[in-house]
Amino acid sequence: MRRAGSSRYARVALFVAVVVAVQLATRAAGKEFFLTQLTMSAYYTLVAAGLSLLMGYAGQISLGHAAFFAIGGYATGALTTLDLSARRGEALVAFLERVRVLAARPDPYGGELLAVHPWAACAAALVLAFAVALAIGVPVLKLKGHYLAMATLGFGTIVYSVVLGTSALGAADGIGGVPPFPVAGGLAVGGGRAARVANYYVAWGLVALALLLLVNLVESRVGRALRAIHGAEDAAAAMGVDVARYKLATFVLSAVLAAVGGVFLTHYNAGIGPGESGIMKSVRYVAIVAVGGMGSLWGTVATSAVLTFLSLRGYFGTLDDAVFGAVLVLVMLFSPQGILRLDARAALAAALGRLRRTEASP
Amino acid sequence: MTALLEVRGVSKRFGGIHAVKDVSFEVREGTVKALIGPNGAGKTTLFNLVSGVFAPDAGTVLFRGEAIQGRPPHRIAARGLSRTFQHIRLFAGMTALENVMVGRHPRTRAGFVAGMLHLPWTWGEERQIEARAREALDFLGIPELADAEATSLSYGQQRAVELARALVSEPELLLLDEPAAGLNMRETVELARLVGRIRERGVTVLVVEHDMGLVMNVSDEVVVLSYGEKIADAEPRAVQKHPEVVRVYLGEEDAA
Repeated sequence: MRRAGSSRYARVALFVAVVVAVQLATRAAGKEFFLTQLTMSAYYTLVAAGLSLLMGYAGQISLGHAAFFAIGGYATGALTTLDLSARRGEALVAFLERVRVLAARPDPYGGELLAVHPWAACAAALVLAFAVALAIGVPVLKLKGHYLAMATLGFGTIVYSVVLGTSALGAADGIGGVPPFPVAGGLAVGGGRAARVANYYVAWGLVALALLLLVNLVESRVGRALRAIHGAEDAAAAMGVDVARYKLATFVLSAVLAAVGGVFLTHYNAGIGPGESGIMKSVRYVAIVAVGGMGSLWGTVATSAVLTFLSLRGYFGTLDDAVFGAVLVLVMLFSPQGILRLDARAALAAALGRLRRTEASP
Repeated sequence: MTALLEVRGVSKRFGGIHAVKDVSFEVREGTVKALIGPNGAGKTTLFNLVSGVFAPDAGTVLFRGEAIQGRPPHRIAARGLSRTFQHIRLFAGMTALENVMVGRHPRTRAGFVAGMLHLPWTWGEERQIEARAREALDFLGIPELADAEATSLSYGQQRAVELARALVSEPELLLLDEPAAGLNMRETVELARLVGRIRERGVTVLVVEHDMGLVMNVSDEVVVLSYGEKIADAEPRAVQKHPEVVRVYLGEEDAA
């Protein structure tokens, strides 16, 4: 049996408790600089959580999710770093500045820079990711299995080539000088040691919020329908589930979540590079979902937090990508259900049930 | 009595094979109609044409007087037509109860946003879905299987779960695709009784079946298909004596 309604909040509460405990532990150990990588892993975890919904629940693979992360990051990066101060005479620019879609800030050379306000840029980035996911999803989600994997891989390759080849997006250098993202009351998502603890909480708070929404969804009528699609697509359709629409909505939702991660990490790091949209990044997200367990949001989040943190701290050295590749091979060989499968209890109960039944029958 | 389902001149080809040829029949409200015929007669194809899996090349399918041919299966299901599958299609990784709860989909409405926000109005809906699903399991006599992993159940139990899943949406028309396949004698007798009880609930039934005992026992009318064509459409007893049917089932020599 699935977890009952009340325990979903208990799990979120436990998650928040772990987040707080980790922060306190870094302080006690005098390793607060770990918080930087922990904050970054939170934003990558948003991608993994969305992908977990798509792969583990709806049963659809995407080898192109890094592209959505990059679309979010590049969109906010480009919009917040362009300079329109020379075009203030134009009516549209003046209007946008008056309604605060554009905001002025000092540039590093003592001048002034007029660019899109981070909130407006974030909104635009998410709308863009939404639109691209919709445009890609409609044709691509008609495909199944290997074919869907290939098509999403192709999409990821296109986005990677575009950001790498577009000089306006910084080509191989990417975009730098992205301003912090003002949250509230002087707190902003950005680098700098002063706000390190606060940023850690903003990032993981965002993950907690996303998890709350996703866990609610999984436990709802839609969540059951998604698992039904995973289990037997034709039967789900015969039960009245609009399979194509549900797949598309899940794909778009996971893409937007990836873009949210991209937007905030870009502000946090003050920039983004083409590597974020690379194939290896997409493979990495898939590997994380695989280890965490198909159909286990919590397992995915735990895996993402740990593996991404270790990777960002450089513990895997030059074998970084190899580690994720090897993890994928090993999981597929020995435990395709995932290692941290949290409904292992259900599997155990089912096994015990079978045992009881065989004992009962003469 | 009015016709709940009208199949009019329906045809379907797969490549060079004419699987269903100009077939017409009606299913009157409140009755049980059987669709029989030798293997390859086109019974399951006809079923799939009615439930929306395939669109017919020609002909119309009217449900309550409205054309439904060529519409996607989920829309047809939403209109009150529910089905089971010849090869059991339960949702793997879900319990029996959850499988049945999915069956309630056409009668409920919580979408992505309502689900993510766990909006208060969905709570009542969720409770209602679960209550209806448990009722359906009770009706099938398997309430104790609610929490069992559906695909780990015995064949007969899986058939029962599939039936509960089809019934929980309170369909007007229930399509049963070879419900007795793989059942033993005792289970087949129980199935016949169950079809009677389903009909008492006011559900009209169209059943594809091989088991002649079951067909003669439960149905008001029988349509016989052979090589994609309708060769008989009458009461069970009349069908049994129909010379064409006898010929198809027993061979040429007995035709006279």
